Amino acid sequence: MIGLAHYLTVAAILFVLGVLGIFLNRRNVILMLMAIELILLAVNINLVAFSAYLGDIVGQVMAMFVLTVAAAEAAIGLAILVIFFRRRGTIAVDDVNRMHG
Amino acid sequence: MVQAIVFLPLLAAIIAGLGGRWLGNTASKAVTTGALFIAAALSWPIFLGFVAGHGASAVYPVLDWIHSGNLNVNWELRVDALTAVMLVVVTTVSSLVHLYSWGYMAEDPSQPRFFAYLSLFTFAMLMLVTADNLVQMFFGWEGVGLASYLLIGFWYHKPSANAAAMKAFVVNRVGDFGFSLGIFGTFLVFGTLSIPAVLEAAPSMAGSTIGFAGMRADTMTVLCLLLFIGAMGKSAQLGLHTWLPDAMEGPTPVSALIHAATMVTAGVFMVCRLSPMFETSATAMAVVTIVGAATAFFAATVGTSQNDIKRVIAYSTCSQLGYMFFAAGVGAYGAAMFHLFTHAFFKALLFLGAGSVIHAMHHEQDMRFYGGLRKEIPFTFWVMLIGTLAITGVGVLGVGFAGYHSKDAILEASFASGSTHGVIAFWAGAIAALLTSFYSWRLMFLTFWGKPRWGASEHIQHATHDGDHADHPDEEHGDSSHDSGMPPEGTGGYHPHESPLTMLVPIGLLALGALAAGFTFGHTFLENEHFWNGSVFFNEHLMHAMHEVPIWVKYSATAAMLIGLAIAYRNYIQKPGAADAFVRQFPGIHAFVKNKWYFDELYDRIFVRPAMWFGRLFWKKGDEGTIDRFGPHGAAYAVGVGNKVTARLQSGLLYSYALVMLLGLIGASTWVLWWAQK
Repeated sequence: MIGLAHYLTVAAILFVLGVLGIFLNRRNVILMLMAIELILLAVNINLVAFSAYLGDIVGQVMAMFVLTVAAAEAAIGLAILVIFFRRRGTIAVDDVNRMHG
Repeated sequence: MVQAIVFLPLLAAIIAGLGGRWLGNTASKAVTTGALFIAAALSWPIFLGFVAGHGASAVYPVLDWIHSGNLNVNWELRVDALTAVMLVVVTTVSSLVHLYSWGYMAEDPSQPRFFAYLSLFTFAMLMLVTADNLVQMFFGWEGVGLASYLLIGFWYHKPSANAAAMKAFVVNRVGDFGFSLGIFGTFLVFGTLSIPAVLEAAPSMAGSTIGFAGMRADTMTVLCLLLFIGAMGKSAQLGLHTWLPDAMEGPTPVSALIHAATMVTAGVFMVCRLSPMFETSATAMAVVTIVGAATAFFAATVGTSQNDIKRVIAYSTCSQLGYMFFAAGVGAYGAAMFHLFTHAFFKALLFLGAGSVIHAMHHEQDMRFYGGLRKEIPFTFWVMLIGTLAITGVGVLGVGFAGYHSKDAILEASFASGSTHGVIAFWAGAIAALLTSFYSWRLMFLTFWGKPRWGASEHIQHATHDGDHADHPDEEHGDSSHDSGMPPEGTGGYHPHESPLTMLVPIGLLALGALAAGFTFGHTFLENEHFWNGSVFFNEHLMHAMHEVPIWVKYSATAAMLIGLAIAYRNYIQKPGAADAFVRQFPGIHAFVKNKWYFDELYDRIFVRPAMWFGRLFWKKGDEGTIDRFGPHGAAYAVGVGNKVTARLQSGLLYSYALVMLLGLIGASTWVLWWAQK
């Protein structure tokens, strides 16, 4: 029987993979955007799992919202990425250090 | 009237010193010189009143000063015969030097400052000689020291002048330390610092003892010796004399006024002023005599080998001060003051004459580059001749130049005193008289006789080809490169010019003094007890003994003078190479004397270098190594290191920021879950 704990475990694994993807990845920004998607997915799994466990539909509604926002965010991120590539000719994360001040 | 004499120079100094920029050169010079001439004109009647026998000692109160417990010190001007002598000497020489400086300093850019300093010096010196208590005397004492420092370093752009000024100040501190200890001791013993009160009480303290430096010592001996250390510093006596020759870095009028006629005689004045005190200690008197005699001899030997005209006269001053001290040491205070009086005239004359020569020779001071100036600057020659005759003591049968009367009296008194140290002083003085005659005539012969030799002088070359110095880069430097032997003869196309009238008039007046001061006032100073009227200790027994000295003693000074003249004539006129031959034959003696008995080198080893080492230790190890290292520099270093570490956090890389955010988040949520819940 697959219980709440299993869902939460999968979500936690996905979350950790997403986080590691953000700061272990030094090659390109697309991977970073994908890692953010993973984190959001992990959150969605949590929301849906708790929604089913508690019998409350609000969690699933929230998951739909998150999916929508994630899609919009991915679109904006990719658009920024394209412009960034046009200006700098690279999308390597190590070169993105203009915040150094 | 006395107040006017003392305070007019101060007023003039303030006006010229603070207002010189607005008044301009001429007005400042006129104010200071005018004030000094008024002071001189007011001083002479006072002095002549004492000479005529109707002067009376008086004290003029000026201001209250210190009233604390039983210490009562007031500003008071004391006038008695001793002060009157000093008033005349100081104001006369000072006013003439002021006038002389109009010509000598005519091209100097900061004349108001110079004249203000001169007047300030005169004020301080007048405060010193009119002091009625030891504190006021100390005020004047330090005031003249300050003015001396300022004037030696007047040409402050010259490093050598600055060094000389500091040396004079520092060496005088040693003497002043003794003097101030003496003043403290006097207050401790007598409970008062008023000079008349101390002198009155002094005989009753004779024979008592006092604890000093862990020993029991005779009270009066300790006090007198401490005070005498002060006198030694100010009057450049052996041991503390090293500053005086270096002080010649100052302008020549300064040398004439401060370092010949007035300030350096302050020590002699002090010993004479406190003579009843010194009389109570035979040991102190013996020390004064021996130090004076040693200085007279030492400085005379050094004077024979110097080449700088001003240094010769400086050592001569040192030597003559030695005469004054041993005269005071044997109890002949009248003779000491008389020599002070005549010396002021002829030594100021010699210095101002030397200044006139230097002025004519474009600031060349090396006598080896003079020669044959007799015909070029005749007036200067004649007055210098009078000065030389005066210092060497030329005279016959009781009539002669100033030095003849005073120096003979000193030698007779030292012999007549009968004590061992008196006789030692007599012989030292007689030999010094021979040397005095030798170096004085050497100066005259090198400067005014012989063939012109100034063609090789760098200063003269500057003057003749004005400005094209750059064309001769390998030109020899006149002061250092000719260490022995004479430069080649020749005028280099330059003809010295006689000095302006403002310089010649003062020298002429001083020449009159050098000519006549001896026989005019000799009797008064030496034999007239009524003249002194208790202002110095008058030893009647000694005065009678002076008349009964053997005939060879009477003529010893004259004989010494003639021998010195003969040696100088032979070495510098008859056979001009003889002096160099002597130097080649006895290089050791010459080097020893020329290097001033290695006093400067000795002091450098004993005092200067250890002091520098000590200072360096505190500077490098103490200040920089400890305080700075752990204090400001250490704190600054710590902040710098901290900055570097934290600056590394700001990498600008997104993923490291994300990591930090995550760690923060983990930390915060851990805190919430683990601790905040409880």
